[in-house]
Amino acid sequence: MAEGVGAVSRVGPRGAVGGYLRAVGAIVWKDIAAELRSRELLGSMLVFALLVILIFNFALELDLRTRQTVTSGVLWVTFAFAGTLGLNRSMAIEKDRGCLDGLLLAPVDRSAIFFGKVLSNLLFMIIVETIILPLYSLLYNVNLFHPGLIAVILLGSIGYVVVGTLLSAMAVQARTRDILLPILLFPVVLPVLVAAVRATTGVLQGLPLEDYQAWLNLLIAYDVIFLGVAIVSFDYVVEE
Amino acid sequence: MIEVRGLVKAFGVKPVLRGLDFQVAEGEFVAVVGPNGAGKTTLLRILTSMARPTMGEVRIAGLQLPRQSGAARKILGVVSHQPLLYGDLTADQNLRFFGRMYGVSNLDDRISEVLSIVRMSARRYDLVRDYSRGMQQRLAIGRGILHRPELLLFDEPHTGLDPDAADMLDDLLIRVADEGRTVVMTSHDLTRAGELASRVDILSGGKIARSIKRGELDRGELNQLYYEVTRG
Repeated sequence: MAEGVGAVSRVGPRGAVGGYLRAVGAIVWKDIAAELRSRELLGSMLVFALLVILIFNFALELDLRTRQTVTSGVLWVTFAFAGTLGLNRSMAIEKDRGCLDGLLLAPVDRSAIFFGKVLSNLLFMIIVETIILPLYSLLYNVNLFHPGLIAVILLGSIGYVVVGTLLSAMAVQARTRDILLPILLFPVVLPVLVAAVRATTGVLQGLPLEDYQAWLNLLIAYDVIFLGVAIVSFDYVVEE
Repeated sequence: MIEVRGLVKAFGVKPVLRGLDFQVAEGEFVAVVGPNGAGKTTLLRILTSMARPTMGEVRIAGLQLPRQSGAARKILGVVSHQPLLYGDLTADQNLRFFGRMYGVSNLDDRISEVLSIVRMSARRYDLVRDYSRGMQQRLAIGRGILHRPELLLFDEPHTGLDPDAADMLDDLLIRVADEGRTVVMTSHDLTRAGELASRVDILSGGKIARSIKRGELDRGELNQLYYEVTRG
């Protein structure tokens, strides 16, 4: 039936896990393909992050010692602001032309849609962080190349993106979505930001692990708890 | 194929559907017409499990919604007045993405087949954002039939189309229906609904107020009945 609509078929004979992973992978692939074409999301996140660290650099004329103590805060404020921009844009793309409805109509568990969006948002955030870190090192004359810092940034970014993806799915339904997301997001991610700043400070100042272990534990606990909350609640967030 | 009994849907305290009963047999083409705000889109959103009913029973192919919505979505194809397509992806990439989401086998062949059906093969690798409204709607139908659904739901698919594009869409709808699929279409266009569908249901006051089979009434009588029913 080359020219017919095609015989009716009930799709999805493959395994549930295979179908789930295939859906997650499809969403990540789709987001990367769209971003490679438009460069809207990464471009805006990068420009914004660069502006933030430049503004802080000129606004805070700090000596070397003070600089080392504020580095973590400035770094995470930069990541958080740029991340919010990316999260907003990422979900707005889904809302435009009703694409979110198209996703929700697919016969997959809706947590697969959530995981797909989390993974692509996390990927974009990590790309921005990878570009920002060396630039920050140069501008602030602070050595940020500590192996422990990668773990802290990863844990902090996971928590931020998990909560951010859930809340952006909620905010995108509103007319005031651009201002609503930061208002909803920042109070909820405050524990992540505080823990990430403290753990980053510990790593950069070369303190023994025990001194900032509690903050790392808080980051891990936050990531696990909010991942569970998001999986359970995403279905209700996106449904009318 | 579709069994809806006593369906109530309220947004806050405002009921849109008030104890609606609606049945569609396998292979039937039903057009649901009604004025703005009558609840046509709300009914389709409940059938697609995009919205939960406040009260009542909804079954698609024997599957109860919203409890078995995952299984029901496998047999549903939906075309809305919005294209549900990504502007920054090509037609090929859009169909590839949705094909993966639906687990369509032999995806390359199926994409070629679908693009041929909707006469979009020549624009396969062009970005969707560069398409006209009519071309986007044709591709949206391609997305809707990609996984060979048993039941197709069209929500005001002619919205924003010029006469040529609307005629082309009609041809596609007729072909889809002729292949034995069950089709439910909401529309404002009474004439078009009467010509395409085997049954026209008039939705008014949150219920199916009248149900007219093809051939029961001529165009003038159908229009007169519609205005009598909807203007109360």
